[in-house]
Amino acid sequence: MNDILLDVRDLTLDRGEKRILDRVSLTLAKGETLALVGESGAGKSTIAIALMGLLGRSATTSGTARFDDQPDLLSLSERGWAALRGRKLAMVFQDAGAALNPSFTVGRQLASVLRRQLGLSKFEARSRAVALMESVGINDAEGRMTAYPHQLSGGMQQRVMVAIALACNPDLLFADEPTSALDVTIQAQIIRLILEQTRARGASCIFVLHDLALASQSCDRIVVLYAGQVMEAGPTEVVLRDPRHPYTRLLQSCVIEIGTEDLTPPEGSVPPYDQMPAGCRFSTRCPRADARCAAERPPLQPVAGRDLACWHPEDAA
Amino acid sequence: MTPLFELREVEKTFEIRRKGKKLGLRALDGVRLTITQGASIALVGESGSGKSTLLRVLLGLTPPTEGVALYQGRPIAQVRAENREFARNVAMVYQDARGSLNPRMTVEALITEPLRHFGICTAAQAPARVRALLARVGLAPEVAGRFPSEMSGGQVRRVAIARALASEPTVLVADEAVSGLDVSSQAQLLNLLRRLQAEMGLTLIFITHDLGVASYLCAEIAIMYLGRIVETGPTRAVLDAPAHPYARALRKAAPEFFAPLAEPLTGEIPSPIDLPPGCRFSGRCAYAQADCRLTDPALLRLNDHRAAACLHPLTQSFANV
Repeated sequence: MNDILLDVRDLTLDRGEKRILDRVSLTLAKGETLALVGESGAGKSTIAIALMGLLGRSATTSGTARFDDQPDLLSLSERGWAALRGRKLAMVFQDAGAALNPSFTVGRQLASVLRRQLGLSKFEARSRAVALMESVGINDAEGRMTAYPHQLSGGMQQRVMVAIALACNPDLLFADEPTSALDVTIQAQIIRLILEQTRARGASCIFVLHDLALASQSCDRIVVLYAGQVMEAGPTEVVLRDPRHPYTRLLQSCVIEIGTEDLTPPEGSVPPYDQMPAGCRFSTRCPRADARCAAERPPLQPVAGRDLACWHPEDAA
Repeated sequence: MTPLFELREVEKTFEIRRKGKKLGLRALDGVRLTITQGASIALVGESGSGKSTLLRVLLGLTPPTEGVALYQGRPIAQVRAENREFARNVAMVYQDARGSLNPRMTVEALITEPLRHFGICTAAQAPARVRALLARVGLAPEVAGRFPSEMSGGQVRRVAIARALASEPTVLVADEAVSGLDVSSQAQLLNLLRRLQAEMGLTLIFITHDLGVASYLCAEIAIMYLGRIVETGPTRAVLDAPAHPYARALRKAAPEFFAPLAEPLTGEIPSPIDLPPGCRFSGRCAYAQADCRLTDPALLRLNDHRAAACLHPLTQSFANV
């Protein structure tokens, strides 16, 4: 299979005694968009950070992550990372206001990426930066080059972040909750911008999202995570139209849309790391769980067009 | 019957300096709002729409520059200054629940504070009262001995609600009380608020940017844009058939399963220092006509329950009413 861009197998990540990610596997084809969804502590952002080589020293990993012609991202040296990060892999962070440097103009921040990564001259970098700002829908790009981040609205800051991330035409873009700090009418603008720009470049995109409805509107495939384990993964249409994992069902039943009459959220919350069951981590809150679920981890295996990790899957809806 | 809160043509202008010049930033402009006893109303709008300033006016923390803001027929600022009754009756849950709770106080101390301040019960009765309040918001009695830092985001919000309920208020004002939470904790909290409103007959004023949350919790809705309420009415009726083009855009922007990704509005909210002439929404409005750029529409009645600040409201049946 040549069109696989990213193949993560059994990614496990420990911080001290805490197992943050527990044998996470996922694949991504070239040009595909993938949503990582789940609640806080699910490990969505950690996966993105691990695959960008931005983990601190306190974390230890096992497993493999093949990316393009790189046999394993997880065993790359810092030098190996320097050649990839920003060029082949790039990231749009949640809070653009915090991710951009407040002391430099946005034009300078954008141009510095082009100069460093592509070796452009100062003049070339500047004109390319203006073109990039225009391509992400910033009016008066020339004038905005000299603006500091705080002089731009949240939506404009996020557009600058997208421009910086796409500056070197990466093969894979991570977008970590790119719109959760923005107003709803701006959200759709930014998601569409990211989709259009990655599509135009033939790049793949991994979105970290907490909004299932937004995931259904923007991504080809979806991975549902709970406390660092993959519960269910597959084409968005298949998984969200007919979820078979009890957790996916519960997550979906908590989504409020206009006109929702009743919500039936699962009781309780995610257990602390020192009380995690050895088996399925959702078993402490799962209405279908039995003794086996708590003791033995269900393997992620194909069921009805998606991958499912559950001993007692739900019937078709 | 006198409404609980009544705002008439409320305007709030903040003076700011830009490049040495004094300018007026009109955070609220021509706000008309009536809230009756026992109502549940959602104030919805994007950042910069004036929700928080409106909230401060309702709480009597910010006096309006123009217009009148009344609580039971009397100016809010005056009622508030008289005695503690207003503060006791109108309780607030802040957006940043964790930030609103003193990190060096236990949950017990945090909830006892309003009990003592408002003289709700004797010192001897307080521990039992604290536990009753914790039970009411779905927290175990053991939580009383904990500090906010030892609790999850959802639990901290519950503590903030328990603390607000301690003074036995009749009005609960909540600023984005469920935003930023995971969907399951959000759903748990919404169910709690619904139950409390029904059981205690609370008047609920709920600030949110999420139309789904507004429709789940509140019978009425007021949608704000750049300092003005542009549409009010029963939540379901307004969201089913919005009359104001901005309300319609907001409705369409809400994520919806498998619907194509909508981009209902271009551009961004203009600066409140530099309001466009005529209708403040006309620059982004797909339905704007020539007169929209000349005349600033006030919030006017469409029928018995609904009102919109639009020269050309969208719902046909309201035309020429």
